[in-house]
Order: sequence, then structure tokens, then C-alpha cells
Amino acid sequence: MTAYILQRLIQSVLVLLAVSIVVFLAVYGIGDPIELLVPPQVSAAERAAMIRRLGLDLPVWQQYLSFLGSALKGDLGTSFVHGVPALGLILARLPATFELVLLAMSVAAFIGVPLGLLAGLNPESRPSRAIMAGTILGFSLPSFWKGMMLILLFSVFLGWLPTAGRGETVFILGVPTSLLTLDGLRHIALPALNLAIPNMALMIRLVAAGTTEAMTQDYVKYARAKGVRRRRIVGRHVLRNILIPVVTVAGMEFGSLVAFSTITETVFAWPGMGKLLIDSIYHLDRPVVVAYVMLATLLFVAVNFFVDVLYAALDPRVKLTGDMA
Amino acid sequence: MTSSLLEVRGLKTVFHDLKGAWPAVDGVDLVVQPGEIVGLVGESGSGKSVTGFSLVQLIDPPGEIVAGDVLFKGEDLRQASDERLRNLRGDRIAMIFQDPLMTLNPVLTIGEQMGEAIREHRQCSTQEALKEAAQALSRVGISSPEARLKQYPHEFSGGMRQRVAIATALLNEPDLIIADEPTTALDVTIQSQILFEVQKLSRETGTALLWITHDLAVVAELADRVAVMYAGRIVETGTVDDVLDRPRHPYTLGLLASSAATVAPGERLKQINGAAPSIDARPSGCPFRPRCERALPVCAELDPPSQIRTDGHSYRCHNPVPEGSAP
Repeated sequence: MTAYILQRLIQSVLVLLAVSIVVFLAVYGIGDPIELLVPPQVSAAERAAMIRRLGLDLPVWQQYLSFLGSALKGDLGTSFVHGVPALGLILARLPATFELVLLAMSVAAFIGVPLGLLAGLNPESRPSRAIMAGTILGFSLPSFWKGMMLILLFSVFLGWLPTAGRGETVFILGVPTSLLTLDGLRHIALPALNLAIPNMALMIRLVAAGTTEAMTQDYVKYARAKGVRRRRIVGRHVLRNILIPVVTVAGMEFGSLVAFSTITETVFAWPGMGKLLIDSIYHLDRPVVVAYVMLATLLFVAVNFFVDVLYAALDPRVKLTGDMA
Repeated sequence: MTSSLLEVRGLKTVFHDLKGAWPAVDGVDLVVQPGEIVGLVGESGSGKSVTGFSLVQLIDPPGEIVAGDVLFKGEDLRQASDERLRNLRGDRIAMIFQDPLMTLNPVLTIGEQMGEAIREHRQCSTQEALKEAAQALSRVGISSPEARLKQYPHEFSGGMRQRVAIATALLNEPDLIIADEPTTALDVTIQSQILFEVQKLSRETGTALLWITHDLAVVAELADRVAVMYAGRIVETGTVDDVLDRPRHPYTLGLLASSAATVAPGERLKQINGAAPSIDARPSGCPFRPRCERALPVCAELDPPSQIRTDGHSYRCHNPVPEGSAP
């Protein structure tokens, strides 16, 4: 186990290093932020001073090395636009995104898994066909359109829910949250639903396919021959076997939602990280974009590690050892 | 009313496809007395496994049981409700499956899988169930059973898993165990150990055993009576001595002649010509006719009825093997 964790740590550092190089070069290639940052009426001398102050006069490899040097000390650079450390800027937005994704994934799992079981147990029945057809819509409708339709329905026509923002928040352990106020919940409902729908569709399809397959396995027939009740066969024998792919996908989706729920956050003006990323790209705010991608990478590495540990808990045949490829 | 434990009459199980319904089991009659060990023998595809599953009504679409009675202690299982069947399965009628690698759930502990077989049938605490499971494991020769209960199937060898399945079948002291080729996937030394133990346990507990196999040697060692199955029907049945020493049906004779035990060293094994007909290509008349050396013209026209002799030895053949000509 220790050897396994150590090996994973080394892998993670290498991944982070590789990502940092790629992202740094890519952002460098997008364009020159000076044109956007400096007002046109500023004199050439002031302009040159600003370029020097931001370190943009150096060749790209020197810029990268100085970024890497300060990154090792925990400083991922200072936002060109806001003038504050990029890391702090991102982390301040993290709780909003995190609670949004948490709610979305919970909704997806708590609705998706039972519906998937239902569809998988009687694949030929009418409700199952309806569920499976619904999942195709859930996948394929684009997020921005779905978001707008949700606003149109629940905010404009029905007038039940607000269209934008985070609503009233309370602080729990120094972290603001919308989940504990009625106003906050009313605000988070639509963006969370918008994020949840495609993931729910994914869960339904995964669980349904897994269930249909598992029900034909010998261990199910054997359990029936032992006189085990159907409820227990489905809830214990089948569910335990199909949770493994579900956990994998849920983990990956969790990571990608935290990092890139950009569209939903933009549509609902949710003050999370995704919206910050989009704004930073518009303004060519290099340090924020680079820091963001680094954090996202870190998040994925952490989530994948967590999923691997969960595997070992779910599947007794999986042992976490150092010599695993 | 009979005192038979299990009495099957005219059981017919078909499998549906687009072209029709194909009988895998085609009018099987079978009787098992309390405490008796009956061997059900046949080639692959003869319908013996489907018969086993039909008895406990565990036939899923596209399969369907279309005719016959399955009387268990006088109760017709074909008319029984799902809940009644669930109560009987694992409690009064236990099953052991062919492949011990596939039948245990890989992600649940042995203790949970044995414990549920008890707790789904009677009120008892988890601790008690585990205690009974541990006792059952030690009965089939598994050492340190308490520790074994906490383990998962992949930590057991094939033979050990089949012992677990046997122990599970014995948990509720059933009246009947249906064992579907339980030793086929095991190597020969393990096979004879398990045979010995099963025979001992079934004698001790008075459990009747329906042992489905393709292996005549196993039947000779284990069973009281034997039923030989071909193309979905029982072609010969009787005591082990009658059927194996004095076979009347040419198919039984062929099976016996093709087993290694009956042939002198160095001599070639005999074989039955041709292959068992597939379910959608059964010939008219007697289904064994195309492969039969003793076939008469009448065999092509008329399906031979069952001839029952006074001693219970019965066979379906127009031109049976003369008595005393067995190998």
C-alpha cells in the first residue's frame, strides 16, 4: 500500500510537470495580453515599464522557469487583471463550484442508479424504453440550450426559481455555502439540474447495461436457486457488481464538472471557477489560466487516486500494490 | 397417492425462437424416492441440465415449461406461486451448479453468501447463521471455517468452491439436492473426494440426490438408480446394476462401450457413430435411430413407447439389446 501511494505520487508529479509545460506554451501562443491590458493612450515608456513589470519581456523559457520556481514555493503567479495571486482568486471561487457539482452528482446518482436498475431489469418494458430514450436526449441536448430552456420554463413561465446568481449564503467553517438557505437552494436548483441531466443519463445507461448483463450471470441464477428474494438479488448481488464502472465514471465526471462546468456557470451566472476561467481567457489573464489548469490537473489526479482506493473497497479482487502498472 | 419425494410426469420444456418452439426436454418421467441417489446421465445437449432447472421452475425466456407435472411431496410445482417456489428453493430443494468459478458472487464474502441461504428461509441472527455456515464448512472438510467465511470466492480453489456450494446446499437440510455436473470442472482426485463426501453426507442426513452427469463412472460409484437421457427424453431407467450391467437400450450400451473402464488396455475406445441430433433436427420415430446399429424399419415410423418390466427397469426401444449380451 505504501509503495503504491509513493508510486502514484511520483506519477502525479510527472503529470503535473508535463501539463504545466503544455499549458504554459499554449497560453503563450494565444496572444499578447498587453494589447488588452494597456489602454491605447498610454505612452511607449509606460507601456515598456508595464511589460517589464509583468515579466513579459523575457524569452518564453525564462518565463516558464521563473513560473516553475515560484510555483514550487506555492505561488502560481499574480493575475494580470485583478492584481491578486491567481491561486487565491481561484480558490475563492472553488466552494461555489464545488457545492454545485456535489449537488448535481448526488442528484444524478440518486435518480440515475434506481432508474438504471429499473430499465436494466425489464429492458423490454414500456417504461424502460421511455427511460432509455430519455437518456439519449439527456446526452445530446447541448448544455447551454438546456440551461436556457430550464430558465424559460421554471423562471419565465412558471416564475418559481430565480435565473442567476448564488443567492443568500451562510458560512460553514469559514466557507460560504448556498445549500443551507432557502434562497440559496432556490438559486442552485436550476444550474445543478442542468449539470445533473447528462450525468444522470450516463448513470442510467451504465447501470442499465450492467444490470441486464449481471442478471444473466450464473451467480444470479444460483442465488435464485438458493431462494434469495429478488429484492436482495438486485440490491446486493447485482448492485455490488455494477457499482465498479459507475464509481469510475462518477469520479471522472466529478473531476471534469468541477474543472469545466464553464457553460452552466456562464448561463446561470453562477460565481464559480468555470466562469472565472472563461473571463480569464477573454482577458488573456495568463497566470490565472495556467494556475487553473494546474489545479484542475491536480484535482483529476486526486480523484483518480480516490477512485482506485474505492475500487479496492468495492472489489475484493483488487489489491493496491506498488508493482501495479 | 404415492410416497415418492419427487415424481415427474411428461415434463416438456421448449425453447422459443423465430422459427418455433424446440423441445429441449420432451416428455420426461422421473421418480426420486426419499433419501435415494438418482443419476441422470446423458451427452451434452441431451436436455439433462434443462430437466434439472425445470424441476425447480428456474427456466427463463426464451425457455418455457409447456407440459407435465412436477410433484414434490405431492405438490405440483408447476402450479406453485413464485413465493412458494422461492420458499422451497434452497430450503427443501437445493441445487449445486456445474461451474463453481461462476456461481459464487465474486464481490460478496462466502459468509454472506452462505448466511443468506439460511436467513432467507428462517428467522435467525447473522451470528447464528454464520455459526451454522461454519459448521457446514467443516462438515465438507474445510479447515478454519470461521476465517474462511470472511474470505471471497477468489481466495478459494475450484475444489474448495464446490465444497462451499455443497455445504451451502446442506445448510437447511433439504429433502432433495439437484446437482448439475458438480464435479465436471474439477480434477479427478478432487472429484472422487467430493463424490465420497456427498454420498456420505446424503446418507447421514437422508437427503435425496439427483445427480446430473455425463460420466457413467460417477453414477456407478454414487447412485442407487440411474436414468439415461437422450434427445430430451429418458430412454432407459432402472437400478444402477440393471442399467449398467444389463443395459437394454442400444444407446446405454453405446455409452458403456465408449467409457474407458470397459475397454482392455491397448484397445481402441469404441464410439457411438454420429452426434446427438441438435434440437431443431430431431429425426422422426426414435431419435436415436440414425446412430443405432440395431435400428429396424419400424424405428423410423414409430417412436418407441416406454416398456416397463416388473422390477422397475424400463427402456424405450423397439429392438432392445438381448439380455446377457452386455460388455
